[in-house]
Amino acid sequence: MDINKYMHVLKNAGDLTTLYDTLLKSKEYNSEKIYICAGGGCIASGSMKVKEAFVSQLANAKLDGTLEIMETGCLGPCAIGPVVVIGKDDTFYQKVRAQDVKEIVEQHLIGGKIVDNLLHPVDEQKVSKKSELPFFKNQDKQVLRNCGKINPTKIADYIACGGYKALSKVLTSMSSEQVVQEVTVSGLRGRGGAGFPTGTKWNFARKSQDTEKYILCNADEGDPGAFMDRSILEGDPHSIIEGMAIGAFAIGSSTGYVYVRAEYPLAIERLQIAIDQALEFGLIGKDILGTGFNFDLEIRKGSGAFVCGEETALITSIEGNRGEPRPRPPFPAEKGLWNKPTVLNNVETFSNIPLLINNGGAQFAEIGTEKSKGTKIFALAGTVKISGLVEVPVGTPLRKLVYDIGGGISTNKKYKAAQIGGPSGGCIPEEHLDVPLDYESLNILGAIMGSGGLIVMDESSCMVDVARFFLEFVQDESCGKCVPCREGTARMKQIVDRICEGKGEMKDIDELEKLASTVTNASLCGLGQTAPNPVLSTLRHFREEYIEHIRDKKCRTAVCKELIVFEILDLCNGCQACKKVCPVEAIHGEKKQAHIINTELCIRCGLCLSTCKFDAIVKY
Amino acid sequence: MAKVEKCSCGNDDDGLLERLEEIIISFKEKPGALIPVLQATQSLFGFIPQEAILKISEILNEPLSKVYGVITFYSFFSLKPRGKYLIRVCLGTACYVQGANEILTALKQQLSIEIGETSPDKLFTLDVGRCFGACGLAPIIMVNDDVHQWVKPSDVKKIISTYKKQKEKNKEEAI
Repeated sequence: MDINKYMHVLKNAGDLTTLYDTLLKSKEYNSEKIYICAGGGCIASGSMKVKEAFVSQLANAKLDGTLEIMETGCLGPCAIGPVVVIGKDDTFYQKVRAQDVKEIVEQHLIGGKIVDNLLHPVDEQKVSKKSELPFFKNQDKQVLRNCGKINPTKIADYIACGGYKALSKVLTSMSSEQVVQEVTVSGLRGRGGAGFPTGTKWNFARKSQDTEKYILCNADEGDPGAFMDRSILEGDPHSIIEGMAIGAFAIGSSTGYVYVRAEYPLAIERLQIAIDQALEFGLIGKDILGTGFNFDLEIRKGSGAFVCGEETALITSIEGNRGEPRPRPPFPAEKGLWNKPTVLNNVETFSNIPLLINNGGAQFAEIGTEKSKGTKIFALAGTVKISGLVEVPVGTPLRKLVYDIGGGISTNKKYKAAQIGGPSGGCIPEEHLDVPLDYESLNILGAIMGSGGLIVMDESSCMVDVARFFLEFVQDESCGKCVPCREGTARMKQIVDRICEGKGEMKDIDELEKLASTVTNASLCGLGQTAPNPVLSTLRHFREEYIEHIRDKKCRTAVCKELIVFEILDLCNGCQACKKVCPVEAIHGEKKQAHIINTELCIRCGLCLSTCKFDAIVKY
Repeated sequence: MAKVEKCSCGNDDDGLLERLEEIIISFKEKPGALIPVLQATQSLFGFIPQEAILKISEILNEPLSKVYGVITFYSFFSLKPRGKYLIRVCLGTACYVQGANEILTALKQQLSIEIGETSPDKLFTLDVGRCFGACGLAPIIMVNDDVHQWVKPSDVKKIISTYKKQKEKNKEEAI
């Protein structure tokens, strides 16, 4: 929608309602739309070229006056992007290339016949409607309500979807106590990982008598495998701004910061546009909607330190220091940014707030389990057919996510585990596929909900290597301030390295468990306290793999380099490609005769395997 | 520490320090200004030269040791000039389990450099990243701000040559 046409400072709540009504009656709002995903994933897959093609093809067909192209935030199924949805009949097209657009316009938009070969196949059937595809049908999009429906760079789109109504309601008809009460009733728990009740956190800060308070949004989404915050920032940034403004009102703050990681340039760009527009419309800034409430919001960019996702480290970083955590207590709600009471919530948490205010806390609490309310967004990735972003009620079984929504395993191998919760989380084996995804059930299995990264692994993943991967990660990202985390994770990594190299001893497993408990109990912040989780969880569910590495010197998945053997099969035709590429001259053989690898010399770099065009080299 | 003789992008450093000074002054009154200033410096020069550190320390009235401490804490900041193209291999979980390590090996071999190093022609710097949030497209590598998805070790050669050609093309256009 053309925002300039509607741009004016909203002086009171009535202005917002009038604008909303005007927008609903506008030609732009009611025109037929073509939704093109402009999420990070689809842009990388070329969705902007698709958009350009639509612009020129619609102009050629003289349809540019009647059809509107909407660049939306992430629709979810990143793996089959770029995706396009035709608004009038809800047709969902996958893997659209610029050269396909002519056909869509001519055959579908003009001729009324759906382009079959761009539909997503489901059990060999072609399903055309987005709402009937299992990937969408099995989800419950609450927080992602606007992602894929609105243009994130246009505030008018957000307002036309009922945006800023919650803020208006809060500012004109609620006390700060009532807002906190509503959040408490909703049962919303922090979506950043630990699941602390948001209402309780807000109440601590609200009660403080200090006149200077801060509200911070943690958008330093560092967990590898998590990209839900990125998608909200890119797809519906106003929901975060609105949630933060409501939070600021509830605790009595007038200044907020969003701490976004530097790795997300597009998210930063779109959030800044949203902040500027909200300011122009008078929805943040001074005397919001004429109520006398002020709220300034600023972006602070991260600089590539994982530990800054920890709340006290994030605060220290905004203050302009090395991002090292501080001991708690005092908790940030008491002494946070510049030693003032501070509330820090995650992106997804804030995005839930307008929803909860509009519908009421009690209705919000109807979704989810007894102790965990609402929905949760998961970033589904790894060896699953449709990887992408999905939102389901808290407590949905893992199986539903992997099979019904994700379409099952993408390779011809079997499911082995799902890693959930990133470097603080754990692995869920096949026998627990029916675990409900809620805070408590996952804790029992030694995993955590975390921020919602969910990596599915098939049988080709070595679980000892996965543990090593996470140890390397936390070792690398440990800030070094406290000894248990800095040295403990290093020692644990040494041991796991040894096991992966076939030099482990049985007593190493006990040693690992002992060290893990020290690191957990003695570390200063959440990074260290949860760093041993991936090791403990793989030891618990996949102990036999550790034992195989130690006792049999064998990695059943042929992942651990030192334990694998490369062999050239008889079908080798002697093309010499492998011989040429081998960096240590371990491959011998005459031209046009089968070659042989000298395993003593071989450094197992795998270059021969990736070079061979005849599948004549195997590793085991 | 590297001296500012030439900016890593090949442009002359003429005026860059003056511009930096303006930037530092514009941030001076902001609370917690040091990190935004360093970020501006990094994008201005492509790295953080010694002269810039001295200037930042002086104008913001922060001890040199603190400025240096902050720079070395965050991986985004570099004290050495980087190549024209910064290649970052994602080593996040989704990429890792789908073969990111093999891509890294192939890149090291193709460019004959290790992680953190820059190729002798100053074209490429190799680095690793911890998840760029494009897990649905894993494994990925980023070259500056471009995402390359579903990369196989055998694709590496082609990707590198695309950027080499781009550089040559830019040169021709400049002439």
